Amino acid sequence: MTSALLTVEDLRVAYPAREGGWTEVVRGVSFALGRERLGIVGESGSGKSQTGRAILGLTAPGGRVTAKTLRFDGIDLLDCPPAQRRELRGGRIAMVLQDPKYSLNPVMSIGAQIVETLRTHRPVSRAAARQEALDALAAVQIDDPGRVFRLYPHEVSGGMGQRAMIAMMLIARPELLIADEPTSALDVTVQLEVLRIMDKLVAGRGMGLIFISHDLRLVSSFCDRVLVMYAGRVVEEIAAADLQRAKHPYTQGLLNCLPQLAQSRHPLPVLDRRPEWLEP
Amino acid sequence: MSLQRQASQGIGLEVSNLRVVYDGFVALDDVSLAVAPGESFGLVGESGSGKSTVLRAICGLAPMAVGKVALIGGEGLPAPGSKAFRRQVQMVFQDPYGSLHPRQTVDRILAEPLAIHGLDDAEGRIERALEDVGLGQGFRFRYPHQLSGGQRQRVAIARALILEPQVLLLDEPTSALDASVQAEVLNLLEALRARHGLSFLMVSHDLAVVTHLCQRLMVMQRGRTVEVIDATDLAAHRVQADYTRMLMEASDGFRRTANAPA
Repeated sequence: MTSALLTVEDLRVAYPAREGGWTEVVRGVSFALGRERLGIVGESGSGKSQTGRAILGLTAPGGRVTAKTLRFDGIDLLDCPPAQRRELRGGRIAMVLQDPKYSLNPVMSIGAQIVETLRTHRPVSRAAARQEALDALAAVQIDDPGRVFRLYPHEVSGGMGQRAMIAMMLIARPELLIADEPTSALDVTVQLEVLRIMDKLVAGRGMGLIFISHDLRLVSSFCDRVLVMYAGRVVEEIAAADLQRAKHPYTQGLLNCLPQLAQSRHPLPVLDRRPEWLEP
Repeated sequence: MSLQRQASQGIGLEVSNLRVVYDGFVALDDVSLAVAPGESFGLVGESGSGKSTVLRAICGLAPMAVGKVALIGGEGLPAPGSKAFRRQVQMVFQDPYGSLHPRQTVDRILAEPLAIHGLDDAEGRIERALEDVGLGQGFRFRYPHQLSGGQRQRVAIARALILEPQVLLLDEPTSALDASVQAEVLNLLEALRARHGLSFLMVSHDLAVVTHLCQRLMVMQRGRTVEVIDATDLAAHRVQADYTRMLMEASDGFRRTANAPA
């Protein structure tokens, strides 16, 4: 691994509990990321999305983020002024969200949203921004960028919307892309197309990527390294190629419980959750 | 009033030449299929292929322009649209977060179909339905927001089963669930089918899920039938249509060296 782009050490995210006190949803996550593809996998509630959001500073109001280290390219993210954090967010660190239906602005045309992102982070003229947005749409393999530029999010399909979002996130040329379930809302065939586009752009620009998903097999086929999270903690870190040799019973359980085309197993093995997985 | 099962060997479903049109848009064009009594039949396709529309047309939620739906496997079976038909054919929807009334308890959710169909012994039926889907009586007076996704889907399945139907229409019953919870719900559906002799008509975009649960399946694209194949043939990669092969390869996952799709 080259020098770390992002260093996370003992990251904790907590929300106030109804009975008073705090509920920790991320409990001491540590990892370092170079210009590579890192996958974070877990079930709903495992804290994978909260980890991604904390890095970007998008933890919901009321939440508490603490860490020994949370550093991006030498900048201490928890200690830097809000203005600098804002500049990083969407500029040098970008995030692709799950569902284009909910995460694009419904009352702005797709083109206007992309132009807005670009002009927030770089001083370019209106005309140049427009041209760059059209190029970005073409780069995510949209056939008629001029037409899609004028469309509103409700007028495009899920796959098209997700490609538009990727175009928007990459237009400010970020160095780190956090993709939170970028293809879960899409059909399998469209899914692969979107992944292929994202893969090409990430590899071509030498970006770091954090790929958050519940789909262990998808993540392992796409990333170099995988962190498996359970109940707010990383239970296993493993090279994607070694996934079949995973040691932790939770990782094995996740791999096992999927129905597979090639073999029929009735009934399917289910996860037997053990309390000791909660402890470090 | 004692309630008799209409046919002990089960009831199947036959759909012939189904055509559904919305405002000039042909959502389904000449689709025919037959689910034998006790069989589990899958519908596969991308979004917009019309697979959910088939289910919706069967239970009267989509306008049928042309075509016929009928129950098979017995004499004097109820006709579509009748109350008796709706009792035999029940549907489980995709999103357990959207298909349960947020301000009704599980008890009230399960009591409603009983009230509609005028069935007696609501108390006993609700208790049995909850046991059937593996939820204890402790869940009976909870609200949907107090349940996890898998528990909600169990409630939705209990709501469908409480009328003792013979045919269950399943619209992506596990796609909103985690992989580990999906395995639990698939096992539950399989056990229930064996226990009650049900026929399933199941929609999914996930080929692996459909081949796991169904014996035969139909691949659909743009409102039309692409092919009908046996699950065992699919598992052995013996498919005819190019489109099915493409879906099959897509479900294998991402490959960096993969060729561009045809």
